[in-house]
Amino acid sequence: MKNRRMSALLLLAAASWGCSTDEEAHTAGVLTGTVSIDGSSTVFPITEAVAEEYRTDQPEVRITVGVSGTGGGFKKFIAGETDISNASRSIKTKELAHCAANGREFIELPVAYDGLAVVVNNANDFATEVTVEELRRIWAADSAAKKWSDIRPEWPDREFKLFAPGQDSGTFDYFTDEVNGESGNCRSDVTFSEDDNVLVRGVSGDKDGMGFFGLAYYVENQSKLNCLAIDAGVGPIIPSMETVENGSYAPLSRPLFIYVSTDSAKRPEVEDFVTFYLTEARTLAGEVGYVPFPEEIYNSLRKRFSSRVVGSESSKHGTVEELYL
Amino acid sequence: MNRSQHFQDRFTQRHRKDRLFKSLTKVAMSIGFIALAILLTGILIEGLPWLSWDFLDRYPSRTPSKAGFKAAFWGSLWVIGLTTLMTVPIGVAGAVYLEEYSAKGRFAKFIELLISNLAGVPSILYGMLGLIAFVRMFQPTTDPTTFLGIQVPFGRSVLAGTCTLSLLVLPVLTIASREALKAVPDSLRLAAFGLGATRWQCVRHHVLPSAAPGILTGVVLSISRALGETAPLVMMGALTYVAFTPSTVYDPFTAMPIQIFNWASRPQPEFQSVAAAGIIVLLAVLLGMNAVVVLLRNRAERSKAA
Repeated sequence: MKNRRMSALLLLAAASWGCSTDEEAHTAGVLTGTVSIDGSSTVFPITEAVAEEYRTDQPEVRITVGVSGTGGGFKKFIAGETDISNASRSIKTKELAHCAANGREFIELPVAYDGLAVVVNNANDFATEVTVEELRRIWAADSAAKKWSDIRPEWPDREFKLFAPGQDSGTFDYFTDEVNGESGNCRSDVTFSEDDNVLVRGVSGDKDGMGFFGLAYYVENQSKLNCLAIDAGVGPIIPSMETVENGSYAPLSRPLFIYVSTDSAKRPEVEDFVTFYLTEARTLAGEVGYVPFPEEIYNSLRKRFSSRVVGSESSKHGTVEELYL
Repeated sequence: MNRSQHFQDRFTQRHRKDRLFKSLTKVAMSIGFIALAILLTGILIEGLPWLSWDFLDRYPSRTPSKAGFKAAFWGSLWVIGLTTLMTVPIGVAGAVYLEEYSAKGRFAKFIELLISNLAGVPSILYGMLGLIAFVRMFQPTTDPTTFLGIQVPFGRSVLAGTCTLSLLVLPVLTIASREALKAVPDSLRLAAFGLGATRWQCVRHHVLPSAAPGILTGVVLSISRALGETAPLVMMGALTYVAFTPSTVYDPFTAMPIQIFNWASRPQPEFQSVAAAGIIVLLAVLLGMNAVVVLLRNRAERSKAA
């Protein structure tokens, strides 16, 4: 009796081991295969939404999306483990060098804007707008400011508490780069969390709290938080769908990207998925809380993809319109 | 002062201390119980309205009301099932060797120390090990080839996840099994040897059956731990969005804790409730597994008594 049970277990193990791994045969018009994607958790909701919609179009194609962060995603992309990399910043020079060393070519495609909201507690009635220079004095690694009054004399004589996304996130890289002038430059007495909802709870639970994260997290928590208008020299601008899309909310709005491997793009399922992505992104990005580009940019991006324009535009400075239209 | 008076004093004092200690232990127990009750009530209130059979039959979605748990549920069952098949024989056999066969010298002490240390290594390190050893097999890329009928490197597959979690729980299971074997009285072994039994006969017919309840407790603890682990799986490259269930061990997968974490970190508050529904399913699976093992254990105990 016991022996029989043992052999049943072994059989089960052997059966699962020996299963065939062959892909299903191709049928005309119906694509098969797997598209593997990894990278930024900020871009994940857009890619997930596109993958979900793509299932009604091509149900046989298996799309997998991981969340390793922008940097972690690029590592897997360079190792050839993924076809597409989600990124909440453009590729770094170091990563470009690794791509070249491993013979990986890619097509860089921005997919939507994300605004970074700088927020304070809803009991904070003194701060409504802030200049980029003041932000730098709050967040920079060499900052000696501890109290609100260190930033503006009329602000109260109380210490502020800072909350920020984790140091591996593209969001952190982007904010520190734009505000403090160097990616990763940030004071250390900050509460970091990979989970933006933790930051929301942190700022909403402390009347002297201050933090930054994606605009979508502010939109869902407007009753608990106040959003600051940012003044980059042309007067304070409140982040909104309009100010992010027309570029006036600067410098804290940024494009999100997908990077498609040129080798993988030769496979029909990858090519079809990316084209579908660039067609649907305008509707879907808005649905999950991001700011889509105008239609003509997506048209131009589809052309960029179909003619396989390789390499990154990240070394050039300019708006998405200037670089990709 | 007479002697009985003296006795009386100490009698009340001793019993007062006893009552005090009893209430202290009660308080300690209630702290854990109340915390658990608050957490469970919160989860149940938030998650139950979102729970349905349909929830287990849908794939992830950007719309909270359409989001489902199917890929994560089956991914977890595959990985946990295979992890159990892989760890129980290895862990128990290793414990039997260390406890019944190996010489009790310095070397055995050293091995014991290593295993205890391994049990305390943070789980994310096992994830890094899994990525290098199983997903990539020390190669720069993961183009799979077939070797002896097995596809290598494993890639970001169910098989790689299973191997990673197996390494993670093996030390825990080995330690628990050794403790169970140690608790078997030596008289049992001596009696068996006295009747001419070999070491194997003694272990097979006497030591293992008496140790079975303790070993099964170790199995429950280690498998429950594997079921709740997120960090090593994320590290080794388990996915977050998967809209299919594994059909072979080489398929990519996601797991319940990963999906729950993803929902919980979404901006939309409805996703927090979907996450709560996911937690209820995870707890149900955990309790179900434990119930099976407890039944097995009770049977083992009854046959031991008989």
